Amino acid sequence: MNELGALVHGFSVILTPMNLGLMVVGIVLGVLIGVLPGLGGANGVAILLPLTFSMSPTSAIIMLSCIYWGALFGGAITSVLFNIPGEPWSVATTFDGHPMAQKGQAGAALTTAFTSSFVGAFLAVVMITFLAPMVARFALKFGAPEFFSVYLLTFCSFVGMGKGSPFKTLLSMALGFALAAVGMDTVTGQLRLTFGQVELMRGFDFLVAVIGLFGIGEILLSMEEGLKFSGHAAKLDPRVVLQTWKQLPAYWATSLRSAAIGIWMGITPGGATPASFMSYGVAKKMSKNGQRFGTGEMEGVVAPETAAHAAGTSALLPMLALGIPGSPTAAVLLGGLLIWGLQPGPLLFVEQKDFVWGLIASMYLGNIVGLLVVLSTVPLFAAILRIPFSIIAPVIIVICAIGAYTVHNAMLDIWFMLGFGVIGYVFKKIDIPLAPMVLAIVLGDKAEDSFRQAMLSSQGDLAIMWANPLVGSITTLAFVMLFWPLLVRGIAWLKGSRKAAELPSEQPGH
Amino acid sequence: MEQNEDSSGAPPPSAARTNVVEAAVAVLTLAVGIVVMVASRRLGAGWTSDGPGSGYFPFYIGLIVAVSSTAILVQALVGKHRNTGSFVDTQQLKRVMSVLLPAVAYVLLVRFLGLYVASTIYIALFMVILGHYRWTRAIAAAVIINAVLYLMFEVWFKVPLYPGTLEPLRLLLSGR
Repeated sequence: MNELGALVHGFSVILTPMNLGLMVVGIVLGVLIGVLPGLGGANGVAILLPLTFSMSPTSAIIMLSCIYWGALFGGAITSVLFNIPGEPWSVATTFDGHPMAQKGQAGAALTTAFTSSFVGAFLAVVMITFLAPMVARFALKFGAPEFFSVYLLTFCSFVGMGKGSPFKTLLSMALGFALAAVGMDTVTGQLRLTFGQVELMRGFDFLVAVIGLFGIGEILLSMEEGLKFSGHAAKLDPRVVLQTWKQLPAYWATSLRSAAIGIWMGITPGGATPASFMSYGVAKKMSKNGQRFGTGEMEGVVAPETAAHAAGTSALLPMLALGIPGSPTAAVLLGGLLIWGLQPGPLLFVEQKDFVWGLIASMYLGNIVGLLVVLSTVPLFAAILRIPFSIIAPVIIVICAIGAYTVHNAMLDIWFMLGFGVIGYVFKKIDIPLAPMVLAIVLGDKAEDSFRQAMLSSQGDLAIMWANPLVGSITTLAFVMLFWPLLVRGIAWLKGSRKAAELPSEQPGH
Repeated sequence: MEQNEDSSGAPPPSAARTNVVEAAVAVLTLAVGIVVMVASRRLGAGWTSDGPGSGYFPFYIGLIVAVSSTAILVQALVGKHRNTGSFVDTQQLKRVMSVLLPAVAYVLLVRFLGLYVASTIYIALFMVILGHYRWTRAIAAAVIINAVLYLMFEVWFKVPLYPGTLEPLRLLLSGR
């Protein structure tokens, strides 16, 4: 098969001592990021992005994607040992992971979490290997209207699939677009929304926004509780690991189902966090031991971890194949590609074969390395968590400031970071989701460009969005997504009026 | 887009209510939306000889901001499910401010002393004042952390950091 040949070639690209070393460094940094509150996948990668400016793109993406894998692994450590989710996607892991630790099975819980993560990621990478080239080949035929319709679909599904008020998602998204518009207009060269400030000419860099919104915002949130860690010590006995591995195959059905949920939620911009909750919920319903969930069931750790990691990994598919990231972290990686002079999108698979297949090969290898690293270094990271917050908090703020500064070597960006931090804190508290804003800042200019090109070719006629079956169906799907909550309510109402309201809280089965 | 609105003007015992903060944010973003719309109009939100003008796309973005802000405002003030729970209590607000205000001071300090010196001072002071560490330990920890950062960024990955007004000092150091 074509893909397998390319994959082997990819392995030959990345198998150098330098790259393997970067992989280990990336994983360790990633786990560290995942463990520390306030540093997460997206802003962690954003902060460390400048470190890679002097590397070759392939080495750079290997290190950054490994930081990402590490962060995905790391979130589980705090969930199990401290009942504090290090990452939003590991909240569901605390439900059964922490009770297991309380029963003295911390080692088994961690092994289960790491192994499930690995399985989820592995299945997602296999999917990417075969599906991404196909999607890219298909997308090569895309013109401006098709691309705009895909952007539309991305953002509409955020609104339709999001929990809470759709207006809040809409607001977050539109604010992101407005921020993206600040600066030089890429088409006419006019200055927009700068209000005469020379510094604003560059516009807002989304990396700075990510560091502020997620990093500083998170620190402010954690500070509210006056965070005190009190956790279980952890040691991973090789015997416990082997014993757990013997038990895990029994949950193969849960694993596969969770991976499927994760992959689906990752490709559509649902993201890892909803994927983990959904998977946990489904597993609870389907499992024989469903009632015992929440008391330290192994299966309750398998489900969310597999789904979260599968979602986190498959979020890279649309990023690679279409240039549209499926998660904030994928958006940061996409920003990295642009900085290294690579144009993400379908052409990447044609013009940058070494890079793409090197990255895909590194996903396989990175996850294996990751599993080994986390299994062997848990005590170290558990010890880091015992460092008091009064040391960790200022260090994280310093690291965020350094990250924001290094993006453009601009002092002003550190101020923007603080501003975004306050926004992130307030928005999070009033349930305005941050991910749509970040994606809009990243994609704003590109979405606008494709919209303007489409409008140019049609002389301003919006009917071009339904000009052929392909673009028409994507656009229609986008509007279905946008009005999904209304549709669901409408259907429920119709059914309800027929047979006296039977399904009060039926979730849309996406 | 600096919005340091935290509605901290609430009386000490009772904290700000969530829907009040929501409404305040919505008013702010409504203003942002209107500003964007006005500025876009001025740029040319219509159709020019070479396609949609510079302000065409941002104008509608501003419109969406304004409309969704209005909807949130209405929901926050008179909505059935408005959240009247506490946004922050005074204790929490104090804790948050105890991180935020020093952070602002820190960024000011960076402007003059550069990242390394400012970071060392900031970490040490934070540890002493909020963490109640002894001076000696705090300074030692701060210096070690900054040495690690220096090695990582400047030496290993070759990314220079903001030197502030201490730039000449660096020239002296490297000149030798």
